[in-house]
Amino acid sequence: MTNEAAQRSAAAQRSAAAQAMPPGARATGPDLLTLDDVGVRLGGRQVLCDVTFSLRKGEFTGVIGPNGAGKTTLLRVILGLVEPSGGRVLIDGEPVNSKNKAAIGYVPQKLVIDPDMPLRARDVVALGLDGHRLGFAFPSRQRREMIEAALEDVGAAGYANARVGELSGGEQQRVLIAHALISRPKLLLLDEPLANLDIRSEQEIVAVLARLAREQQIAVLLSAHDMNPLLGVMDRIVYVANGRVATGSTDEVVTSEGLTRLYGHQVDVVRVQNRVLVVAGEQ
Amino acid sequence: MHYLFEPGLFGSGPVRTALLVGAVVAITSGVIGVFTVIRGQSFAGHALADVATTGGSGAFLVGLNQFWGFLVAGIVAAAMMEGIGVQRRRGRDVATGVVLGAALGAAALFLYLGTLQTSTTGASFSVLFGSIFVISPDTVPALVASGIVALVVVAVLTRVLLLTSISPDLARARGVRVRTVGIVYLAALAVSVSLAAVAIGAVLSTALLIGPSATALRVTKSPGWAMVTSALAGIAATWLGIVLSYDSYYWPPFGHGWPVSFFVVALVLVGYLLTYVKRPRRLAPRSPHEGAECFPA
Repeated sequence: MTNEAAQRSAAAQRSAAAQAMPPGARATGPDLLTLDDVGVRLGGRQVLCDVTFSLRKGEFTGVIGPNGAGKTTLLRVILGLVEPSGGRVLIDGEPVNSKNKAAIGYVPQKLVIDPDMPLRARDVVALGLDGHRLGFAFPSRQRREMIEAALEDVGAAGYANARVGELSGGEQQRVLIAHALISRPKLLLLDEPLANLDIRSEQEIVAVLARLAREQQIAVLLSAHDMNPLLGVMDRIVYVANGRVATGSTDEVVTSEGLTRLYGHQVDVVRVQNRVLVVAGEQ
Repeated sequence: MHYLFEPGLFGSGPVRTALLVGAVVAITSGVIGVFTVIRGQSFAGHALADVATTGGSGAFLVGLNQFWGFLVAGIVAAAMMEGIGVQRRRGRDVATGVVLGAALGAAALFLYLGTLQTSTTGASFSVLFGSIFVISPDTVPALVASGIVALVVVAVLTRVLLLTSISPDLARARGVRVRTVGIVYLAALAVSVSLAAVAIGAVLSTALLIGPSATALRVTKSPGWAMVTSALAGIAATWLGIVLSYDSYYWPPFGHGWPVSFFVVALVLVGYLLTYVKRPRRLAPRSPHEGAECFPA
């Protein structure tokens, strides 16, 4: 079987598996990630408190909140880059350790890749496979096929050989998702992947992520300051404001009463043609 | 060919030593320089070179081989820079104004004391601008070995350095000890700068570190090819520089060869400028959005 045919049949199997599942069945099974009463202090300041929520495989979760609310800190706690001051972070029911951390794929925020950087899209994806290891990676057919499959999965195969610094923001975002994806994570964390993208790229990236959650049963946890591009795909929202979170379905969480309680001052939620605006209310 | 390769060129012992050491220096600087450029550490490379000057001149004063002076000072400087936090802007300012100033001041003193001892300007010249034709054959094994050690270290760290250069956080999340990797890399850089200081001089070593790498990064797009191209460009500049310097013995003022460092640095510059003459073939295929036409009004 040729390389291309193998990829196509693998993709077909995945999508058949996804279609065979009844709707609503994707969010079943044991919790993949659990945050239990997590608090974070940074530089003597309480950045987050009482954060409790859990994710199951295949779920698409948006971490939504204004700039500076603590979204990045929340993701960094899950990654083990920031120690919580209290509470527990569990992956597959166990505290985060070097072993189960491998189940997390990560796309950091605001990467600026210099056009001079001698890395092609395929090199970036290869680093997702074993970039943390010492020594050389010897090229092999299996390796090449894995890289190409990951690029294919995010629709980036067309620019596999382009220098990553010369790609557009949306194209770079796809390559970085492929980088995170190639190590077969169960959980994909993305920090503001939609920031600074044009509307079309934004929609395309959301569609790619929703498809990955559905077809590969990956739990996707994505932070964004605007929830609107995600309304059609989010299974759950984790709304961060004022160092606290509210979690549930969008309809449960994003209400004037709920967000007013979270923010600690009057906030109005306005719905216009299936879009949501959160605006400060009259004092 | 006769005009380029003067008679007796390859029969000369110092020239053969120079070609060998030149190649080792060019490969080490070329490969390590690629990471220096992509990590944005050209300043660190230059700072190491400045401090190495102090070491080289100090070694001359106490009668040691300059290479050991360059090397010890370079490693100490690397450790100090890590302490100051040279990657931060403020750290850079402090390093430039205080530490590098002090180091070069000490170098001035050592070189002055050196001229009192020997009443020649030879030491200042070879510390600052290199001494590739007067390398004593017994230091050659040490030079070659240091180059190989630095190259092996960087080869082992290649993937980790590349991952860190995409995003330190990404590397940290994968369990990479980013800080340790940075320190080890800086030590390898110090070795590479010391070697380049022997060949073309402490003040010019940055040119051999950054020039070929910057050239290679303009014409290649994968890490492996960037390193190979950079090393080859370095070798070309160094060898051609040695040959031209040998030839220049017959140029005015007759009977006095021009310094190798001049030729090497000039060739590095020419190589870099050449990449601008013909814009490198567009490395990225055109983006799908690029050909899009305006919507009809």
